[in-house]
Amino acid sequence: MSFLREAALVAGKDLRIERRSRVALQQIVPFAAIVVLLLAFALDSDSTMLPRAAPGLFWAAIFLATVLAVGRSFGVEEANRARDGLRMSGLDGGSIFVGKAVAVAVELFLLEVVVGIAVVVLYDVTVRGVLVLVCAAFAATIALAATGTVYGVLAGGLRARETLVPLLVLPAVMPVMLGATRAFQAALDNAPGDAWPWVQLLAVFAVLVCAAGVVAFGPLLEET
Amino acid sequence: MTLKRVFLALTLLALGATAVLALWVTPPRENEGFDAVRLLYLHVPCAWIAYLAFGITALASLLYLVPRTRHPSWDLLAGASAEVGVIFTALMLIVGSLWGRPTWGTWWAWDARLTTTAIMFFLYLGYLALRRSGATVAERGKRCAIAGLIAFIDVPVVHFSVTWWQTLHQQGTVFNPKLDVQIDGSMAFTLVLAVAAFTMLYGYLVLERFELAQLEEGREERELQLAIAERVRTERSEQVVPA
Repeated sequence: MSFLREAALVAGKDLRIERRSRVALQQIVPFAAIVVLLLAFALDSDSTMLPRAAPGLFWAAIFLATVLAVGRSFGVEEANRARDGLRMSGLDGGSIFVGKAVAVAVELFLLEVVVGIAVVVLYDVTVRGVLVLVCAAFAATIALAATGTVYGVLAGGLRARETLVPLLVLPAVMPVMLGATRAFQAALDNAPGDAWPWVQLLAVFAVLVCAAGVVAFGPLLEET
Repeated sequence: MTLKRVFLALTLLALGATAVLALWVTPPRENEGFDAVRLLYLHVPCAWIAYLAFGITALASLLYLVPRTRHPSWDLLAGASAEVGVIFTALMLIVGSLWGRPTWGTWWAWDARLTTTAIMFFLYLGYLALRRSGATVAERGKRCAIAGLIAFIDVPVVHFSVTWWQTLHQQGTVFNPKLDVQIDGSMAFTLVLAVAAFTMLYGYLVLERFELAQLEEGREERELQLAIAERVRTERSEQVVPA
């Protein structure tokens, strides 16, 4: 079986679980929506501050939701010792990594659409530079999902896994927060030229983390 | 044992000499009228130790991961070094903040160096948390080693991204009073001595922490053996009773 076919199998499995259990839809999406509301309350909704801060707030909501999505992605492996099944399936470690990361990324993309609409409506944002926005979101999401998946398996099976994952993931994805926020800011300010270096940074980060994940995931899965 | 005591005595001596030179011999900053510049002799060595400590952690992690050099000691060294590194990073941030208040007029600035350091601090705090969640080297060794390496790879990425950010937004730039100012001869000497003294302190602390970690590992192993022996004994005595 080819690498990509194996990855598609794993991604399909995770997405099927999410479709049937509806945890992502009924818990993670509402959570992100609550964060969007919460941040608006925190920043006084009357002011002109919300449209200006919108890119940062959007990504803050997505980052917090990422932690939940990663926790969920590895939570399903804890139940019924599914992790052992994954390990003994004979699938390549790298392809399992890609599969799990793609599943998290797909969930995050859908979440970004919902949160994006919420931000546009609630924060009164005028959408400009759609191409830049989509490219930045794509690269940032891959970087987020890949980093989360690496740390998810790293903390897998440990006690205090739920609290450990955010502490490990959030500092590591700080460059993504920086790049994604700046790129969105530049796009919304109608200056797409300023956004491309940030998109490049996001892409480089995503490639680095994916490479590290493909190499490290197999040994880490064996370990736990 | 005695060798370690001698090393400790030398370290304390070097630290004492640094303190005397830093507090009384070196000149204060002329145009400032106060002695905040003396924090230099605490701040710069802390920064050096932080980088050294995390570098050693990364190196030890790498040596643990390579099958030919794998040994539990590398894992313990990586952990000991990271612990000391986190302490000195925290100290550097606190001292820097105290220094920033009178000279920059603010406790914190979103300057490249500061932001990088703060992120580094949290990365290694996470690493230490990960270390605490596995009881033995066998349980945590490989994942901690990989985490130690990823944390170290992330630092330059953070550094460059934030530098980039600064060049895009010049108004955020903050004057950095480090070594680009004219430095007095005694100041340079004191700084070198301070770095040497702190490096010795780092070496001593890591050694202590490493030995403690070894003892902890040994204790867990011994307790396990004792528990097994106890269990075997009770089972035997239970078997004897019916007869």
